[in-house]
Amino acid sequence: MDTLVAFWNILRKDIENYYLKPPNISWGIIFPLSWALMLFMRSQQAVEIIEILPGLMAMSVLFGTTSMLAVTITFERKGHSFDRLLLAPISLKVMVLAKIIGSVLFGIFNAFVPIIFGAFLSDLSDVNWGFVFIGVLFIAFSSTLVGLVIAVSAKEIFEAQTYSNFFRFPMIFFCGLFFPVSTLPIFLRPLSYALPLTYGVDILHIALVKSGTMSVWLDLLILSVFSVLLFYISMRNIQRKWIL
Amino acid sequence: MGLVDVKNLNKSYGEFKAVNDLSFQIDQGEIFGFLGPNGAGKTSTINMMIGLSRPTSGHIMIDGIDAIKDIKKVQKIIGIIPDENNLYDEMNGFDNLCFCASLYGIRRKEREKRAMELLELFDLTKAAKRPFKAYSKGMKRKLTIAAGIIHNPKILFLDEPTTGIDVESARQIRELILNLKKQGKTIFITTHYIEEAERICDRIAFIVNGKIVKVGTVTELMENVEHEHKIKLQLDSSIKYVKEELENKFVNCTVEIPDENSCLIISKERIALSPILQLLDNKGISVYEAKEIKPSLEDVFVKLTGIEASKLKKEKEKVGK
Repeated sequence: MDTLVAFWNILRKDIENYYLKPPNISWGIIFPLSWALMLFMRSQQAVEIIEILPGLMAMSVLFGTTSMLAVTITFERKGHSFDRLLLAPISLKVMVLAKIIGSVLFGIFNAFVPIIFGAFLSDLSDVNWGFVFIGVLFIAFSSTLVGLVIAVSAKEIFEAQTYSNFFRFPMIFFCGLFFPVSTLPIFLRPLSYALPLTYGVDILHIALVKSGTMSVWLDLLILSVFSVLLFYISMRNIQRKWIL
Repeated sequence: MGLVDVKNLNKSYGEFKAVNDLSFQIDQGEIFGFLGPNGAGKTSTINMMIGLSRPTSGHIMIDGIDAIKDIKKVQKIIGIIPDENNLYDEMNGFDNLCFCASLYGIRRKEREKRAMELLELFDLTKAAKRPFKAYSKGMKRKLTIAAGIIHNPKILFLDEPTTGIDVESARQIRELILNLKKQGKTIFITTHYIEEAERICDRIAFIVNGKIVKVGTVTELMENVEHEHKIKLQLDSSIKYVKEELENKFVNCTVEIPDENSCLIISKERIALSPILQLLDNKGISVYEAKEIKPSLEDVFVKLTGIEASKLKKEKEKVGK
């Protein structure tokens, strides 16, 4: 019970202090909206709008989660307030999970902004919402963990932002967000399959436009492996780098 | 065995030995102080004891718990006040305290009650709803201390608690530390303020270059300085012309004249004042004040560590800025 109290309060503090701040809410809305507008302006037919939704949603989650967690943790590390969490009598895993969940929720919120927008312009009656939610959840989780790996490596906030962009921008092109992986040059494809976002986007394609390249269950299995792996890499790095 | 028992503790960063074979004990209910200059290994030692750093070798037992193997159990019973104020800038004082209490599993009603009590104790009630970033240095320090004791810990670790704050806040904090001791808390404090250590610590360890040079009560530490008796006399005129006569009459004494209207009588033995006063009176010199000059802890520190007290003072000023 004590652990649960600590867990909930870390999560609540992060949501109130960081995620519910007007600049972040506006970022969460403006960023996907501007991309949506840019792409919708190019698209003339409803069918095309639903086709770009998986990429748009994935990108919104990716940009929301990676930068937020990396920046907030680096910010707390610099101000030493993160030491308070390290010194609390709760396990490191519980503390890190509490930090992650805030970012995951923020990512999920970001993902549904383009959906709401798209609902007015496209027929979404044939969408498998269960898979949409699972896909968004897994993208948010794995992207947050990428953010955590970055946070552990960065000492300064600008470093965290630079590292985040270093991962994020290539992902837009390599993970099948707007161009199918099959259209990439053959020598780049292994890189696509080494990135977790590729599998999350595939789930969203299956759920929204029924055009995925793999089975949903295989995507989920691979994303789970990625998530567990990234979580343990982060935990190991935190213990190695932050508890000197 | 003490409540805190540290044995052969070492911490190396590559070739550099930050802590070198430290061993000490802290008894229940005492204030134990680490006194040393910056870079002596004070914070490195505290960090290993609280779980922010891993020892290269050695043992730390806190209240019978192995702090290296089971730090989370130890963290339940200790309160930590780091050398830097590490609360959340955007949150107000009350919310900061409530959040810190929640990390120890304290339920909402109880943590709100405790936060209000502490804000009152630290005279911060009026600033309760003000963001932490708007607090003065002294207020920030007080709230950081309040956050460290909100879960009513058995043992407190205070790293440089009064560094860089105003005199009044420092005095309040020292008073508070003494009150916590009265409540039965065991306190480990690091400082580079000699007077602070002397005023509040039951025992002091001098630490230099990661090594403890000497541990003891102030009285025990004082025994390390060869005791000379010194009496300073405040006079109405100079005694230059009676200096020789004084030294001839009182053969065990030497006389120093630091300025025109005072003199120092120094002897290996206790000094009987009345014959001296009588002699001066006969010479028409009035004595307004006689004061015994005792060796200070600063003298002991300088003698045992070889570090000039002025170096500590300079560091103190640097940190204060």
